[in-house]
Amino acid sequence: MAVELEKILRPIDHPAPPFPPKFMQLASGENMVVRQVGREEIPDLLPHVEPLIHVERDFYDIVSVRVYAELLGYYRHRVQDEYVLIAQINGELAAIVNGRFASKDVGVSYHTLALRRGLRVGAHAFAAKMEYHLDIVGQKEVLIVAESPIGFRRWMIEYQLEKRFDIAHELGGVPSWALTKELFNKARSTLVVGRRPVPPDELKKAQDKILPPSNPPKPPADLMAATRAMKDPTGTAILQQRWRLEHGEADGPEGKA
Amino acid sequence: MAKPTAPKGRRNMREVYVVGIGITSFSRLDYPISEIAAYPAMIALKDAGLSKIDHLYVANMGSGRVNGQTALASAVIDTLSLTPAGAETIENGPASGASAIKQGFMAVASGLHDVVMVTGAERMRETNNLEATDFVATLTHQIAEYIYGVTLPSLAGMFTRLYMEQYGVTSRHLAMVAVKNHDNAMLNPFAHLHQKITIEGILDGPEALTNNPYVAEPLRFFDLCPVSDGGACVILATKEVAKKTGRPLVRLAGVGQATDTHAVHERENPTDLLAVRRAAEQSFKMAGVKPSDVSVAELHDAFTILEIVESEEVGFFKKGQGHIALEKGETRIGGKIPINTSGGLKAKGHPVGATGIGQAHEIVTQLRGEARKRQVKDAKVGFTCNFGGFGNNVVCLTFIRED
Repeated sequence: MAVELEKILRPIDHPAPPFPPKFMQLASGENMVVRQVGREEIPDLLPHVEPLIHVERDFYDIVSVRVYAELLGYYRHRVQDEYVLIAQINGELAAIVNGRFASKDVGVSYHTLALRRGLRVGAHAFAAKMEYHLDIVGQKEVLIVAESPIGFRRWMIEYQLEKRFDIAHELGGVPSWALTKELFNKARSTLVVGRRPVPPDELKKAQDKILPPSNPPKPPADLMAATRAMKDPTGTAILQQRWRLEHGEADGPEGKA
Repeated sequence: MAKPTAPKGRRNMREVYVVGIGITSFSRLDYPISEIAAYPAMIALKDAGLSKIDHLYVANMGSGRVNGQTALASAVIDTLSLTPAGAETIENGPASGASAIKQGFMAVASGLHDVVMVTGAERMRETNNLEATDFVATLTHQIAEYIYGVTLPSLAGMFTRLYMEQYGVTSRHLAMVAVKNHDNAMLNPFAHLHQKITIEGILDGPEALTNNPYVAEPLRFFDLCPVSDGGACVILATKEVAKKTGRPLVRLAGVGQATDTHAVHERENPTDLLAVRRAAEQSFKMAGVKPSDVSVAELHDAFTILEIVESEEVGFFKKGQGHIALEKGETRIGGKIPINTSGGLKAKGHPVGATGIGQAHEIVTQLRGEARKRQVKDAKVGFTCNFGGFGNNVVCLTFIRED
């Protein structure tokens, strides 16, 4: 009975061509490998996503908790036609991007999660994701939304996305934006980079083991930074809290907290 | 070192010392602007072992416009519970920080006050980069520049183009400044950008144009400072107070300020930063030292070209030789005259109103011998150049370690 029910609950993926791995050089001079991962590697990713759920900064908390759910949904067959790409620097996990093929012609971008900040790590990974939809799978457009202002600048502004506000995006039902093949072609020369094939030793290093990020995003010292202002308008509590955090003292600057 | 000789106008001034310093991370700070100013002030009070001050100066450029907070000094003094000390805000564009230090210097030197706190803060990331760029652009000439769409990056781009033609500076030199200052910032826990970059990654590699796109040609992404939030504070006091604190004696020995035409195109030679030259001369003269006496300097590198040019205008190198000294590694930590050991505006960050005080914070840290991995050996004389407008209002400060 359980098996019969699972047959009903488990969606059947449509065949899609694989994403051929590629690599690019970052501003740091390091090479970053972008490659597709299958279900078997999802358990290796989840431990690195979970801590970011508690990072209340730049919407890492919301994005991470959704990515965690999407990865788990993919792993346990609860999302149809999902794929996951990862970016690695010297084997270290640097970014996770994922999405879904909604139909033959339309893709849905889910998330871009940078585990190493700066250096356009997330931007390069996002561009690879778009390349997968539009060049490799051959879709006509990708529906996109952004949770964070950083994402809005990177996708909506840099790619000059078109509005598809009549379409509710799968992420939160918010109005969609679209990257068409035409827009992608315009951005290709400036925003889309990477070379193939990946040097065998670098690809092997990436495939051998997904190493944890050495400097992942961290929560701000004040865990309630974004909401604190309403509760503590004069800032007394935060100043005392930060004093204790940074000086390791039991007392605040003006005595007992 | 030349024998100190007081300029005529300061013979009766009291000597002024930096007795306390504090700083926030330069980053994005989701706190009210008054707290960003108050936090480093609390650190500085603790550093000095003081609990009271006579007066507060708050350096800030745009809280009224960007954060909706006018009369910032009133907010900060109350946040600090330091009422009824006097308090006022100093606004002088990106040179607000050093201007506020100058006001604090005058207050102590004149005998008006014994202990003056100078704190600076800016919260720019509350807005987006386009609005932040527009906000800073409001310092340009309204009729001759701003209405034509001039921004600071565009002025710097034109300036760089001219400088390249006249003196042989190349994009590689600009990239060398960026790499050096990013390297220094890796050693500074308060710096905005903890990202090591390489010449290959931003200039020579196949993906360099995407990693480092043009912003205002010939300036590229890594030639520009980030938009930062942040705060910094120094406490100035008399020698008597300074000795009681037990902290290393660092004297604010020289203060210089000069201005130039508001509109850049009205200058006889736009590649001459005369205000920098004159402010530095004044500061060195007042301190009784020469540029060659300086152990460590913080120069206002909002754009990489400015570090090169200012290093010439303040007298460290001859005109047109700054990029040669850079090539030789003379401006690196361990070099002849280390510049921007903090990471500079380029990598430490540029919360405009706080920047000049942040520069002073770094110099005092160096002169105290407390800069850890980025410490300049035996630093005795430190110098800052805080560059307002596009070189139309510049404040230079000279600090001397005395004990």
